[in-house]
Amino acid sequence: MSRPGIRRILVIAVVLLGLCGIAFAAIAYRPAIARVTRPDPRQFDPALVARGGNLARLGNCVSCHQAAGGRPYAGGYPIKTPFGTIYGSNITPDAATGIGSWSPAAFRRAMREGVGRDGSHLYPAFPYTHYAGVADGDVDALYAFLMTRPALRAVPPANRMIPPLGFRPLLAGWKLLFFHPQPVVADPRQSAAWNRGRYIGETLAHCTACHSPRGLLQQEKRGDQAYDGGWSGGWYAPPINAHSPAVRAWTVERLDAYFRTGLSTAHAAAAGPMGPVTYNLARAAPADVRALATYYAWQMRAAPAARAEPRLPDRRALASQRHPEGARLYAGACAVCHEPGAAMMVAGRPALPLGTPLHEANPRDTIQVILKGLKPPVAPRGPYMPAFADALDDRQVAEVVAYLQARHGTGPAWPDLEKDVAAARKEGE
Amino acid sequence: MIDLTVNGATARVDVDPATPLLYVLRDDLRLHAAKFGCGLGQCGACTVLVDDRPVFACLLPVGAVGTRTVTTVEGLGTAAAPGDVQRAFLHEQAAQCGYCIPGMIARAEGLLRKTVTPTETELRSAMAPSLCRCGTHMRILRAVRRAAVMRGGGVVEPAEPVT
Repeated sequence: MSRPGIRRILVIAVVLLGLCGIAFAAIAYRPAIARVTRPDPRQFDPALVARGGNLARLGNCVSCHQAAGGRPYAGGYPIKTPFGTIYGSNITPDAATGIGSWSPAAFRRAMREGVGRDGSHLYPAFPYTHYAGVADGDVDALYAFLMTRPALRAVPPANRMIPPLGFRPLLAGWKLLFFHPQPVVADPRQSAAWNRGRYIGETLAHCTACHSPRGLLQQEKRGDQAYDGGWSGGWYAPPINAHSPAVRAWTVERLDAYFRTGLSTAHAAAAGPMGPVTYNLARAAPADVRALATYYAWQMRAAPAARAEPRLPDRRALASQRHPEGARLYAGACAVCHEPGAAMMVAGRPALPLGTPLHEANPRDTIQVILKGLKPPVAPRGPYMPAFADALDDRQVAEVVAYLQARHGTGPAWPDLEKDVAAARKEGE
Repeated sequence: MIDLTVNGATARVDVDPATPLLYVLRDDLRLHAAKFGCGLGQCGACTVLVDDRPVFACLLPVGAVGTRTVTTVEGLGTAAAPGDVQRAFLHEQAAQCGYCIPGMIARAEGLLRKTVTPTETELRSAMAPSLCRCGTHMRILRAVRRAAVMRGGGVVEPAEPVT
């Protein structure tokens, strides 16, 4: 090819690339919204603040916006993703390090569109994909609540993303692919409680963020796969749809009690990241919690246990024969609390075979409960289990889990237990 | 027969491997520092160190210890020559009835072997699994802070919020 020909192709390529760049910049660009003076906390109607507080508890905001041992809403909790670690931001009204200089419009844009006051795109670890559906009045109530919190000067650690994902304009591309908010429209065939529960659950409470599987780019899978089980902070969030592995039906009553107390006497205690969720729900408006229970009991209405609660196996002899070391470890470490008739079976504590983790598709939650134990989720008095991470090694935990599943499990045997114990040890709290 | 390394010495015991380590320490090895409290891993009176980590000896089957080393308060000093954590507990008069104190000392020793500069939050969460029914928690915490200083470190106070 002649020189001028090559030059022409190069020029066209450069022009095309440039046009693409301009088009992308036009899509990605969002203007900054001017800083405002921190609003006087006294200007907010106390009723609006209280309403916002209830919504913040339903939304479990502090789980990500409070570090372990840190102050509420001051940020710093590490959210680990396959693409790096993102730290929850400071959403107290400190002007320098929080959102004190954000106008109501800037706050609304962050909630609805995932764009910070300065115009930068926010990582979808902040679930604006859900918050886009929050009603105007509720966004304003949340703003009133946050702006009346103590202003805390706190800068969370810098995000550690795999290059080039630290370059936020790329998030505009993610949004083009995956961010198509749909309003939550009331379903007149369902009750008011159901509709209220769906509105809270699908928007502020963002339950699918943990309970739905995610795709390659961390987008939540929707449609049939919504609520089909997902991962959160090193724990498995089991399916809460027709595939719920629970061996006792999740009725409205049982879900309501679980949400308010962190314990279902027919299932298990709230563990891992679900603990803080129940802590906050216990402090939210009871009618809203009941509405959530109404909606999620409906989500699980076709689950196996909702149709017929199975008889639970106790294959004690078989399990001891197959896993003699697991049986010995269980006898010395677990039986004193978990055998039928043990002291810890009082006060409505569910029997071990009822525990949903033993019936899940993977062993992760059973392993995590053994490694990390249970903290009373809602109040100082509540379900507790000591952590065995320092007492038992990976092989020993795997032996106990294999024994437990052989004795009580209802699903296929879990493979590669020791490997999963090693992985679980590194993740989660 | 099960071989154990306790406080630097080896011991051989003839027990069922499912026996809690606590029973072996107290009944077979005559080490009475670690106490039986609840037997359910709820109170921490039985806490000992296994490879430098505090564990509830009442819930650790002796067969699971393997080659790991066990340290009880007897291994940290004697009445005539107490160790530094014990001296710190004495100095702060952290014991009232004293039943929880061996567990508290084991737990404090475990924390300080991990770091001599824990934060106040780390200190409190490390000590939280052990209960004291007399209510000497403030003295116990002071004793651990003192022991951290004696080891060349100290507990870092949390930053206070503005406004």
